[in-house]
Amino acid sequence: MLSRTASELYWLSRYLERAENTARMLDVAWHLSMIPFSITARDEIAATLIISGCMEDYEERYGAVQVHNVLHFFTLDDENPVSIYNCIRCARENAHAVRGRITAEMWESINSTWIELQEMKQMGLLTIGASDFFDWVKNRSHLYRGATYGTIMRNDAFRFLRVGTFVERADNTARILDVKHQISDVAGNAAVEYYRWSALLRSVGAYEAYREIYSDSITTENVAELLILSAEVPRSLRACMQMLCELLPAIEGDAGKNAKRLAAVQYARLQYGDVRHIFDLGLHEFLTDFLRRISELAEEINREFLEVTK
Amino acid sequence: MKHVSIPRPSGYDEMLNPEARVREHYGSYWNWLVRQPASLVERKRKEAELLFHRVGITFNVYGEAKGRERLIPFDTLPRIIPASEWHALEIGIRQRVEALNLFLHDIYHDQAIIKAGLIPAEQILGNAQYQKCMEGVDLPNSVYSHISGVDLIKDGNGTWFVLEDNLRTPSGVSYMIENRRMMMRLFPELFADHLVAPVDHYPSLLLQTLKESAHHADAHVVVLTPGRYNSAYFEHAFLAQQMGVELVEGADLFTKDDMVYMRTTAGPQKVDVIYRRVDDAYLDPTTFREDSTLGVPGLINAYRAGNVSISNAVGTGVADDKSIYPYVPDMIRFYLDQDPILQNVPTWQCRDKKSLDHVLTNLHELVVKEVHGAGGYGMLIGPTASKDEIERFRALLKKNPDHYIAQPTLSLSTCPIFTAQGIAPRHIDLRPYVLSGREIRMASGGLTRVAMQEGSLIVNSSQGGGTKDTWVLEADDVK
Repeated sequence: MLSRTASELYWLSRYLERAENTARMLDVAWHLSMIPFSITARDEIAATLIISGCMEDYEERYGAVQVHNVLHFFTLDDENPVSIYNCIRCARENAHAVRGRITAEMWESINSTWIELQEMKQMGLLTIGASDFFDWVKNRSHLYRGATYGTIMRNDAFRFLRVGTFVERADNTARILDVKHQISDVAGNAAVEYYRWSALLRSVGAYEAYREIYSDSITTENVAELLILSAEVPRSLRACMQMLCELLPAIEGDAGKNAKRLAAVQYARLQYGDVRHIFDLGLHEFLTDFLRRISELAEEINREFLEVTK
Repeated sequence: MKHVSIPRPSGYDEMLNPEARVREHYGSYWNWLVRQPASLVERKRKEAELLFHRVGITFNVYGEAKGRERLIPFDTLPRIIPASEWHALEIGIRQRVEALNLFLHDIYHDQAIIKAGLIPAEQILGNAQYQKCMEGVDLPNSVYSHISGVDLIKDGNGTWFVLEDNLRTPSGVSYMIENRRMMMRLFPELFADHLVAPVDHYPSLLLQTLKESAHHADAHVVVLTPGRYNSAYFEHAFLAQQMGVELVEGADLFTKDDMVYMRTTAGPQKVDVIYRRVDDAYLDPTTFREDSTLGVPGLINAYRAGNVSISNAVGTGVADDKSIYPYVPDMIRFYLDQDPILQNVPTWQCRDKKSLDHVLTNLHELVVKEVHGAGGYGMLIGPTASKDEIERFRALLKKNPDHYIAQPTLSLSTCPIFTAQGIAPRHIDLRPYVLSGREIRMASGGLTRVAMQEGSLIVNSSQGGGTKDTWVLEADDVK
């Protein structure tokens, strides 16, 4: 496959996955900020700025953290490069560039998402309603994924799309977990803790999984174990790494030794990992290390497969 | 839609005869139309617009915000051509393209047509589109223009004329195919009642033609695009996908030892045929424009060494230049020893003093075109032009007479379209696509372009023109 095409497909997936994760993250923060006994509603919203590393950008343009400004910043703000609006715009541009390599149904799904999004931008988030907007983003993402799974050939195009999805998802899950963990350290109110962790589980769609596996009250250790080490939860770090370990070696040709090795090493660490060791090291330290490794892997994927220059 | 009233046509109309009666080949369509509810047309128009937007069949307009996309207006009333009429037309088109390819081979080899004194040498060799680097280069099947678009019009008497030949990178064929798909989606029942010649197989004919342009069998074909901001990007991507080949940009290719490779995730892969949608001047910065970032350094050397084929060949532009156009009937007689089947529009070359005087005296009646112009830009339509505009062109003509030709204002036939006020005639043209490989292949019909404004003669999409589906009937006797 053409390197540029592979790169467009990879980023197409990353942008869409990022849009979906941003919606998930915001949905949770938005709900939490409305819980009456949550002492610091703004902390929840501020956390989203920390997770995505855009606190500085935000403060420069909007000043103090205010719920509606942050929501706008992340959703329909066309000046924020990582807003949902811009993620979908970039995804659609990439899809446009490789529309010959994706199926008509995938293209139509992305393109109509983009057309609807522009109408929504005209209406503004207040008119649409934040929750409805987040649901819409998730639904469009589900639709696109369904169109992809249901129609595209299982070739390198499919693999690069999937690689993009799991690199982005691994990164996002680790970030959500890290920031929530840090906020919960400062709080301490048991009821609030419960809401926080259950909201986090819902945000990654793993609430039911938790109930089924632990059938127990929600604890930090269990949530971390579920989202880091579980093989069954599709958004866990382990599941993401497992997919990358299957996808990278399946790509045609011999390129990508470094990427394949980094993915395999990281997968082994999670596959044979133990939650007690993670907490001995410190959850934050473990996640920081994981994020560094994921970004290293992304760089190798870029260098070995995607760069246009020789 | 029981009481459809249509104005009596003022010129030649494809659907109505001069008494405003429906022509025979439209009879079956008309019978269907009058049975439809009045709301149908508007509903189907909206549906078509929605579908085109969703599928993203758009084009980019130069001079507007980068990446701005527009739909080409699509009219759902088909332009129908009877079988016998098409058959005669097709023979004429094939004859013309065959002669043009022979001409191109000749001017880059023996130059017999110059030696015979039919065309002045400086008009060919001094033409900006003449590529000296092509002299003596032998091409498979001696074909230069693998893909030709021949623009045809009918005058007020219903006689076909060739308006121009497009031998560089003629575009629009994707609309021919998508228009048909759209019509079949909107009005499937119509296709049960009419035997319409298919056009959907065009991409496979194109791929076959491209493969035949290679120096050996099993050629690896790619489509070269200037990129996603090009006005015809949709078409580039569409054709690549329909043929099942890679769509590449200049930066995706590189040359090594006079071979062309593309950069893939599995390493370099050899490329044998490039269907380029990039102009000659941008193909290779080491040969042509140094500032081009769209091309591939070293491409022309690889091409001249016979290691890669380029479609259309480099240097075809000299044959579709408006200053060469008046000689095409002579070419047909010279190379094929046949009488031209299709007529040229009478043309005054302003480079000639006598012609120039005639043109300057009759500017208000003539159409003046730039010799190298395209896309409906830089032309004067005398009868509808303002005094200022006419004077502006008079000055331009006096200053650079070589840059212009002039033609009588032909009335151009009309075909009805659906408008908000009902059915009304609009001027149209026709661009069939001709594929030249080991043999000449065509899909029946082509792209019908429509001047959407009442009375307008400009059909170019860049100037607000629209399109229609073009039906070539398989048999003359319609049910």
